Amino acid sequence: MKKTYKIEVDCANCANKMEEAARMTAGVKEASVNFMALKMAVEFEEGADPKAVMQEVLKNCRKVEDDCEIFI
Amino acid sequence: MNKKQKKVLVRILTAAACMVLLELLPVEGYVKFALYMVPYLTIGYDILKKAWKGICNRQVFDENFLMAVATVGAIALGEYQEGVAVMLFYQIGELFQSYAVGKSRKNISELMDIRPDYANVEGEHGELEQVDPDDVPIGTVIVVQPGEKIPIDGVVVEGRTTLNTSALTGESVPRDVAAGEDVVSGCINLSGLLKIRTTREFGESTVSKILELVENASSRKSRSENFISKFARYYTPAVCYGALALALAPPLVRLAAMGAEPQWGVWVMRALTFLVISCPCALVISIPLSFFAGIGGASNAGVLVKGSNYLETLSQTRYVVFDKTGTMTQGVFEVSRVCPSGMEEAQLLEYAALAESYSTHPISRSLASAYGREVDKSRVQDVEEISGSGVVAKIGGRQVAAGSSRLMDQLGVSWEPCREAGTVVYLSVDGVYAGYILIADRMKPTAKKAIEELKRAGVKKTVMLTGDRRETAMEVARDLGIDEVHYELLPAGKVEKVEELLAAAGPREKVAFAGDGINDAPVLSRADIGIAMGALGSDAAIEAADIVLMDDDPVKIAKAIRISRKCIRIVYENIYFAIGIKVVCLVLGALGIANMWIAIFADVGVMVIAVLNAIRTLDVRRE
Repeated sequence: MKKTYKIEVDCANCANKMEEAARMTAGVKEASVNFMALKMAVEFEEGADPKAVMQEVLKNCRKVEDDCEIFI
Repeated sequence: MNKKQKKVLVRILTAAACMVLLELLPVEGYVKFALYMVPYLTIGYDILKKAWKGICNRQVFDENFLMAVATVGAIALGEYQEGVAVMLFYQIGELFQSYAVGKSRKNISELMDIRPDYANVEGEHGELEQVDPDDVPIGTVIVVQPGEKIPIDGVVVEGRTTLNTSALTGESVPRDVAAGEDVVSGCINLSGLLKIRTTREFGESTVSKILELVENASSRKSRSENFISKFARYYTPAVCYGALALALAPPLVRLAAMGAEPQWGVWVMRALTFLVISCPCALVISIPLSFFAGIGGASNAGVLVKGSNYLETLSQTRYVVFDKTGTMTQGVFEVSRVCPSGMEEAQLLEYAALAESYSTHPISRSLASAYGREVDKSRVQDVEEISGSGVVAKIGGRQVAAGSSRLMDQLGVSWEPCREAGTVVYLSVDGVYAGYILIADRMKPTAKKAIEELKRAGVKKTVMLTGDRRETAMEVARDLGIDEVHYELLPAGKVEKVEELLAAAGPREKVAFAGDGINDAPVLSRADIGIAMGALGSDAAIEAADIVLMDDDPVKIAKAIRISRKCIRIVYENIYFAIGIKVVCLVLGALGIANMWIAIFADVGVMVIAVLNAIRTLDVRRE
């Protein structure tokens, strides 16, 4: 399953870091952040609960860039 | 500017004013330190905080860390002015960058501002009610007032107006529509009131499809973008260790091996300069910005690109393969020649139009439109359709036969063969040959120019694939100046031909296929780049293609290639320029030739220039 979320982040490198952090999260098959459009596209593993996974994704993103937001 | 940016601006101005003031004050020692802390903390507190948080979260190496270390180090060495200046200029650069990014984001979303907010549905007493377009079922009659966007695809049931389609097609000439015609969502109604019966749901309408496509365009990243994000991941730690080595190694070597003065201050300062120069912002921001602006600019010109990777591939296109019908020709049949034998042209045409008047075949429609006047069906009697060959009818007492050469043979009429491309209708009156009418698919007016422009854009070979018969294919290819033509192909045959080309092309020579999307889907997805023509309303094409030309104009293929080339050129300019300047400054910094001020230029100046260069991709008017 693939979902797109709106995000808020200030710098392009931070967006790259968020992408990396999202990819590393359990339950996420593939993640891609577009800094220019301020969007994060997440493809979930089969059977994963998007809501729970996204909470984790947000937590991991905050670790690498505390000034970010994902509108889940 | 938004709130955040304004706050930063105020901080920048305050800190700058403080610095000027401090320059003039004759203070020394701790007082000077304490006073310089005021502008330093004003401008840099958030950077220091972020750097500290990064360390706590074990994400040490980023530009906040670089800036924090460089400025704290400079201040520790007593270079207060430099320390504050680095932070100040860094913030100016960041502000500029966020302003530029925000601005182009806004520009592009304005270009793509085609999302309708509501649909007008007529209530029981004729009053208009605004409803969410999502809630409008198929078959509802909606009202579009002048100045409003058409929210949902449909058919005009009442009204006559001109439509502005430029948001969809990049075409600035308005289109006239009247009752009975199909209209697509996203067009703006310019003059009259329209009543439209919807033929699709909002989610399936053109506007929704296009917005979805554009919004997802970003998730497909180009090789250059991936290169830069990887580069940044290794680069920042690498320069941090490099700076550490620069601070420690030379003094230790001097101390141990040469027995000389270690000069700690000099080398630490050089290491700090090194850190400031190395900030990767210029690259990290300008590359995605170039692609974003490139895709935005292209969509403004009526070319939708599904991802930055396709922009990259498109720029390497050397072979362009076309479908004929609907791509190079209009896919509309039209009388191209009337060749009578023993009667007037107009009369032959009249006979043909009357004889075929009961048929709904495209050919009879083209005859009727060439005839131009209302067809008086009462003059036609005893119509007999001879399946697959034509019709025989009585018109004004005379027996008229219209159809293929086979029909003429069946009737025993001797006929002159027509050697031109197209479909031929032969006619006989009372058993005597009366001439023929040639019906051909009309070439798009820009088709020839499209091929010329492709050549000029550096395309090595143009190839046309068609299911049509030999004569037609050859004639079209000759007229347009196409290099290679394959005719009488089935869809599978087209795939085969494209595969042959793919196998023959070199590693950096890409093959593009342009088709109208109807039964071309397999070829579109097989080629390196699939370009769908005139895709407004054709879902299969939007799905299968990588690039969608919103209007039917084949000239846009060359334009798309030029846009992609410009975008890629700017991307490489920025990569070479930014890395080049940085490497030079890093070497100069290590040698002690470049001071902190040059370092600030290498960081902020390069970034500003790279961003300005990236924004150039948005302007595609001259491409």
